[in-house]
Amino acid sequence: MASAMTMTQKILARRAGKESVKAGELITAKLDLVLGNDITSPLAIKEFEKIGVSKVFDREKIALVPDHFCPNKDIKSAQQAKDVREFAKKYGIKNYFEVGQMGIEHALIPEKGLVTAGDVVIGADSHTCTYGALGAFSTGIGSTDMATGMAAGELWFKVPDAIKVVLKEKPQKYVSGKDVILHLIGLIGVDGARYMSLEFSGEGVASLSMDDRFTIANMAIEAGAKNGIFPVDDKTMEYINAHSNKPYEVFEADADAPYAQTVEINLSTLDYTVACPHLPSNTKTVKDIGEVKLDQVVIGSCTNGRIEDLRVAAKIMKGKKIAPGLRCIVFPATQNIYLQAMEEGLLKTMVEFGAAVSTPTCGPCLGGHMGILAAGERCLATTNRNFIGRMGHTESEVYLASPAVAAASAITGKISAPEEVEK
Amino acid sequence: MKLTGKTHIFGDNIDTDVIIPARYLNTIDPAELALHCMEDIDAAFVDKVQKGDIMVAGYNFGCGSSREHAPIAIKGSGISCVIARSFARIFYRNAINIGLPILECDEILSEISEGDCLEVDLSAGTILNKTTGKSYSSEAFPEFMREIIEAGGEIEYIKKKLGEGVD
Repeated sequence: MASAMTMTQKILARRAGKESVKAGELITAKLDLVLGNDITSPLAIKEFEKIGVSKVFDREKIALVPDHFCPNKDIKSAQQAKDVREFAKKYGIKNYFEVGQMGIEHALIPEKGLVTAGDVVIGADSHTCTYGALGAFSTGIGSTDMATGMAAGELWFKVPDAIKVVLKEKPQKYVSGKDVILHLIGLIGVDGARYMSLEFSGEGVASLSMDDRFTIANMAIEAGAKNGIFPVDDKTMEYINAHSNKPYEVFEADADAPYAQTVEINLSTLDYTVACPHLPSNTKTVKDIGEVKLDQVVIGSCTNGRIEDLRVAAKIMKGKKIAPGLRCIVFPATQNIYLQAMEEGLLKTMVEFGAAVSTPTCGPCLGGHMGILAAGERCLATTNRNFIGRMGHTESEVYLASPAVAAASAITGKISAPEEVEK
Repeated sequence: MKLTGKTHIFGDNIDTDVIIPARYLNTIDPAELALHCMEDIDAAFVDKVQKGDIMVAGYNFGCGSSREHAPIAIKGSGISCVIARSFARIFYRNAINIGLPILECDEILSEISEGDCLEVDLSAGTILNKTTGKSYSSEAFPEFMREIIEAGGEIEYIKKKLGEGVD
């Protein structure tokens, strides 16, 4: 009889053609999607050409998204973007998304229906773990793995052990998926789930929207995890059916699946959580943070640039003005989200508030462009990393928080809870 | 295969943003990337490092972004081997894939000084601190990964595999 498996292990076993797998086992699994962006793909293309194959394994199962330094920030970036564009053309890659159709990859790929439940996905971007929200196994890899994935359509994996994260009850108003994942990283540390899966479960999952789940799975890597994954429920199926015609397969962890550790989070008592410089695990609640004055607020990224993020930020900004001397920059994550935000009047609210609204790009999150910090400047961002120099000068500081906290903080000019501005 | 070099010591959670800041990711040229290796945590590193030197660090080395430019910059700077208490998983794969030798060793960091001379035997997985005379052992690579390393990196490995008719 097959031994009990986690949800991740079941997906890996199926795609490796095995009845069962165990943590630590090395397997080769078939890939349903191989993803790259404008800074990791050029290196992958160079390695791919060395392999000497005349075609990619499947033109429809590769996605190339020029989102990091695009729209092109300088001449060298323009060349890299051009190299990716030409590769896509040469090999007939179906899912290449040009500026104008492009979005931040981890918001765009689910929106385009390119991932469904039960898939095995690799991406040359660490936040590829986002698609675990859809019940897929999805993990970040480097450019050489991307190259071999494009050529062979399969990759070796070490089957991961897992941490079970049990979510209880429901979060309070304005407490979001971002607070859940920051709180969890604060509990287990930036390497607390190293080489492991984070498997979310419990009755609290039902209270989280798909956008919240994408945010949570997105930052699994910030705890060192190989992947983060959610069980498939009605909300997942509604999302998949609305976005994809691809076949899907629903996997469930066995009731007696082996877990290295179990962590419980009561969503109802969770407070607004902020990660202070210079690690995502350096968390405090807004209540305990004291007075932290800000120079810039960034709302967007693959973590928090989705429509619900913009809705909550606009709701808090509505009828208010930005704090004097503060810069607030908003990045809708995809063109569809941009359009929807426009139709709902969210962008108008934000511009009237005093925010700058940008086309989709990863730009400021990784210190690329469109919002770089000078020495001594402090930014609160809804992004995912606050390492030294992440958004600019090594003497700048990044605080990570939810869109609700970001919007409230843009009003007061210091890190604030939404209730402080809604009095 | 034996490697000998002077050590450069770093702490825990050395992330790929400090190994190679994103502002330099508009190139894939190893020589250009190497010019900025460790720049945001030790601006003098590229001037101090000599060919063959060895990097020693704490837990979770290479955490953060998947950028393969990080091990490429380290290799390009002249570093012959990285020894850490533990590695973040994407960095671990990337280092093996590009042929940067890495070893996990828990004890050495607390008994080493900047500039100590190390001799590393990669096939035996042993480390000798020639300055202090102490020796250490590290976890051996699984056979599967040794095959990749012996093939000369993942590309050579997959070429061999595809050549054998696996598609």
